[in-house]
Amino acid sequence: MLKVRIIPTLLYRDFGLVKGERFDSQRAVGSALQAVKVYNLRGVDELMFLDVTATRQDREPDFALIDELADDCFMPLTVGGGIRSVDHARRLLEVGADKVAVGTGVVECEGLVEAIASRFGAQCVVAVIDVRRDDDGRASAWIRSGTSATGLDPVELAVQVERAGAGEILLQSIERDGTMIGYDLDMIASVSDAVSVPVIASGGAGTYEHMVEALGSGASALAAGAIYHFTQQTPMEAKSAIAAAGYPVRR
Amino acid sequence: MAVVDYGMGNLDSVRRAVQLQGSTATTTADPQVISEADRIILPGVGAFGEAMINLRERGLDTTLTHQVLDERVPFLGICLGMQLMARSSTEHGNHEGLGWLDCAVVKLEPADTAERVPHVGWNEVHPAIDSPLFHDIDNDRDFYFVHSFHVATDDQDVVLATTPYAGGFNSAVGTRNMFGVQFHPEKSQQAGQILLKNFLTWKG
Repeated sequence: MLKVRIIPTLLYRDFGLVKGERFDSQRAVGSALQAVKVYNLRGVDELMFLDVTATRQDREPDFALIDELADDCFMPLTVGGGIRSVDHARRLLEVGADKVAVGTGVVECEGLVEAIASRFGAQCVVAVIDVRRDDDGRASAWIRSGTSATGLDPVELAVQVERAGAGEILLQSIERDGTMIGYDLDMIASVSDAVSVPVIASGGAGTYEHMVEALGSGASALAAGAIYHFTQQTPMEAKSAIAAAGYPVRR
Repeated sequence: MAVVDYGMGNLDSVRRAVQLQGSTATTTADPQVISEADRIILPGVGAFGEAMINLRERGLDTTLTHQVLDERVPFLGICLGMQLMARSSTEHGNHEGLGWLDCAVVKLEPADTAERVPHVGWNEVHPAIDSPLFHDIDNDRDFYFVHSFHVATDDQDVVLATTPYAGGFNSAVGTRNMFGVQFHPEKSQQAGQILLKNFLTWKG
């Protein structure tokens, strides 16, 4: 049986890892290399590494950094941030990424998802959809690390990226990011129902119970950051809790 | 030992994992170097058609076929590298493969609505026969998969292992000196390391 994936998210900015709230107020939480080494030792299912300033600073992905991290990463690694061309994706895969996460590029670079998928296969393209709700609760997709509105409906965008060839969707809630108040279950359910590719839930996990709720809403995998940085909870314990709730996990 | 570089992805991950087992891996696209290697790994992520074009452009299809079928050099194909051992694939059109095994690469079809494609994540591998590749690996050990296509065959003799997804698919195939695995041993932590060690120490 396919296991539920517990995916720690590492946000990279300038020279190290950060974590904040609502895509903002980030503070330093340590070294990227150290985090990769620790998670590799603990046998986590997969890692999500997102360079959160690459796009805004108009930078390319930091290929040398990923090369260095991959030296200690004998588990699946998804890398995002600043990917705007097939060549960016190719170079990341060459140095050790297993999948590339494309967010802003989905909207700004026409044909990018199709081009990466047709060259490297759908399975290595993760489309990132960052969602913000307005005061009326209406959801829309944002890009450039939550600084630029697209006006696009997240569910429609999810259907579009699946059609374009994305193999997974990383669905992030901007206003729940770092708050640890729980995932946006309605959004997870809406997107999961609309597509047939796996949906990775992200944004808001504060307890193992939140993770179980997201699975009940249709998520295939659970990404989380703050819960591991700022509480005593761990990916290993999360698996035990999820197994106790009746979902298959890897031991 | 040679890790074949044909412009299709995760070469460094495979090279690192092999080195962790104490083997020296040369990442190369040179047919001459591959001809002299005592073992060959064909990794790869990507589209089948593009991969075959890349192999042919570099003259690697004939070199690999000669080394594996005639010289019987131990060979391991990983993910796309496994699929290329088949006769054909229907990924984005119809493509001819290396044709070493009487297999066809076809899309995974979900067995129910709960199953999603691509098949991404950790899933069990059940050896179908007592293959040296799976020595010291438990029967239901999880390995990491990330793929939309799988290797189908009517020739049960080449099926080394299966995985319960999309109605069950062949997660390892092979015969004699050649092995292919659909999962990624280089990303499957301890289980993957044991499997790579089994391949690298296999005496034939």
